[in-house]
Amino acid sequence: MKKQNYNITFGGIGGQGILTASELLGWAAMYDGYPVKKSEVHGMSQRGGSVESHVRFGKGVYSPLLGVGQADFLLCFHEDEYERLGHFLNKDGVDLFGWLDKARTMIDNPKALNTAMTGVLAAYLPIKDASWEKALETVFPEKLRQSNKAIFHKARNAAQTELK
Amino acid sequence: MANKTSSGKAFLSGNEALARGAWEAGLKVAAAYPGTPSTEILESLAGYPELAVQWSVNEKVAFEVAYGAAVGGARSLFACKHVGLNVAMDPLMTASYAGVEAGFVVVVCDDPGMHSSQNEQDSRWVGIFSKLPVLEPSTPSEARTFVAEAFAISEKYDTPVIVRMNTRISHSKEDVKLGTRVEYAVKPLTPNMQKYVMVPKLARMRHAFIEKRLVKLQAFSEKTKLNQVELKDTSLGFITSSVSYCYLKERFPDASYLKLGFLYPFCDEKIKEFAASVKKVVVVEELDPFIEEHVKALGIKKAKFKHPSFRLGEFDPGLIGDVVAGRERNVQEIPVRPPRLCPGCPHWASFSVLKKLGLFVAGDIGCYTLGSLPPTSALHTCICMGAGVTFNEGLRLAHPKEKIVGVVGDSTFVHSGITGLINAAYNKAKGIIIILDNSTMAMTGGQPHPATGFTIRNEPTKQLDLAAMCKSCGADNVDVIDPVGNVKAMEELVTKRLNEDALSVIIAKHPCVLKKKK
Repeated sequence: MKKQNYNITFGGIGGQGILTASELLGWAAMYDGYPVKKSEVHGMSQRGGSVESHVRFGKGVYSPLLGVGQADFLLCFHEDEYERLGHFLNKDGVDLFGWLDKARTMIDNPKALNTAMTGVLAAYLPIKDASWEKALETVFPEKLRQSNKAIFHKARNAAQTELK
Repeated sequence: MANKTSSGKAFLSGNEALARGAWEAGLKVAAAYPGTPSTEILESLAGYPELAVQWSVNEKVAFEVAYGAAVGGARSLFACKHVGLNVAMDPLMTASYAGVEAGFVVVVCDDPGMHSSQNEQDSRWVGIFSKLPVLEPSTPSEARTFVAEAFAISEKYDTPVIVRMNTRISHSKEDVKLGTRVEYAVKPLTPNMQKYVMVPKLARMRHAFIEKRLVKLQAFSEKTKLNQVELKDTSLGFITSSVSYCYLKERFPDASYLKLGFLYPFCDEKIKEFAASVKKVVVVEELDPFIEEHVKALGIKKAKFKHPSFRLGEFDPGLIGDVVAGRERNVQEIPVRPPRLCPGCPHWASFSVLKKLGLFVAGDIGCYTLGSLPPTSALHTCICMGAGVTFNEGLRLAHPKEKIVGVVGDSTFVHSGITGLINAAYNKAKGIIIILDNSTMAMTGGQPHPATGFTIRNEPTKQLDLAAMCKSCGADNVDVIDPVGNVKAMEELVTKRLNEDALSVIIAKHPCVLKKKK
């Protein structure tokens, strides 16, 4: 049976680009025609505190937040936050934590880790290429656009190869 | 992002969607002082070049500027966080009496769970206190449409209108439909002293007017679609509003709902009718028992309510079942990484001096409040904006011989520290006020303020000279020092001024590390 909706938790600490990663997914899902909701906690995150963001798209999505055991995918960007964020994942959920080190090898600039991890996630989602392209155009300013597109595609191709 | 697309859809936060909705509804003037979770409303509005948009020096000023424009016949908006509304209460209470010439919307963003606030007050009570209507969107899309309704209600009923948001709606995003802008001509400037000169004789007449207005608004509340009835399975019904509705809809998709979008004045008949049409009725709302108290007053005996332990904190999809069942709040708190001063933050240097000297430090609201946390642990009070200055005076009156200083940020000093400094000088207070000047409003994301010399749109403007200002207020000494890499000199300066019988200001000036990166 085709899934009705998709629930993704992103998390880590301030400054890791978590909100940009979830932003990218939100725009891509919207461009693909899905109803989307995204929620984040970032009040004092610029000061190195915990950051988490939930993105949900598909049918029957009302709540902007996910509860414990409700995420289908977990993208954790920082080892220290893994235990806390792990609670969000459902029992059949996909944990992309194993990709963190691999994603780090794909990038020269640690700031691009968010785009690499979102590229990995993209391999698992039904969102069309054209929608991701539009989202990358929307979210990244011109000077960062080409480099982020390249990282996104590299990470997605690597994940797609592994999934085959 | 809000104005990247002219029509169609965009992925917007509640704050961006509200800004978009206000722009579409012909907004002309908007003013605010930054404060999480409300800040992005004005930041988004600043992206629409045809609007007059400003960071004001504080919320009272912002309210008066925006309201002045509405009295002048231009649609206008004031936005604040919940505690910011307290600062603007003086003009708000009498603006309710005087009413408007063009639509005036007061947006207040509460912070259930206190993600970034000093208290958890429930601003819905302001509706009752000020006799103003309160609208409450439940999603970013509703933030866009409700603000347009608010402008229309404001003009039809001659009243400011409160739109109450919260952190979850302000900061969550969704796909939001976009519309085009409708222009409304600014009305001609015509004196109307009966209405806008609130001296006792005229204010008495206006008080009679607003009591009648409340009755009319209650009639409107009964018929407006903002109060939405969804009758499905009638064995269970919810009376709810705001984001609680979203959590409930997902958990109880087949239940019946009365969603109160036009929250106050309450739609009494609709509430009674809904309660009668369902077998079991539960009131679900975050924070105070605002709807609950009213439902009780209506004598709806079968209504059930949350456990009082849920008057604290935010709901979430995991908690909503316990809320509905009336169970006690049982939250397993998973520790989160606490915020701290950034590496390289200039406040480290200042607080290391204050800690070393063993001073009692009166503080207030800003990044420097984090100076209260280890390892510095050198800030001992935080109540409200500007109180670093006034607490120095009060604490010294209680303890003339103790070593006490006050600290305040550059923006906070402009917000409400200046009056405190004048008061200290006038009342012969002594001691040191340290202005921790990082030349930005760092905690809310680096907004400019008068002492930075830039506007909300980053245009250069007249720059407030803090040192000259402090002199004019009556400080005996004003020293400017860069504390970074200069801790010894800072320590000597603080020690010297502490031993003098004088009112001194030390401006510890070094730019925020995040600002340098930009």
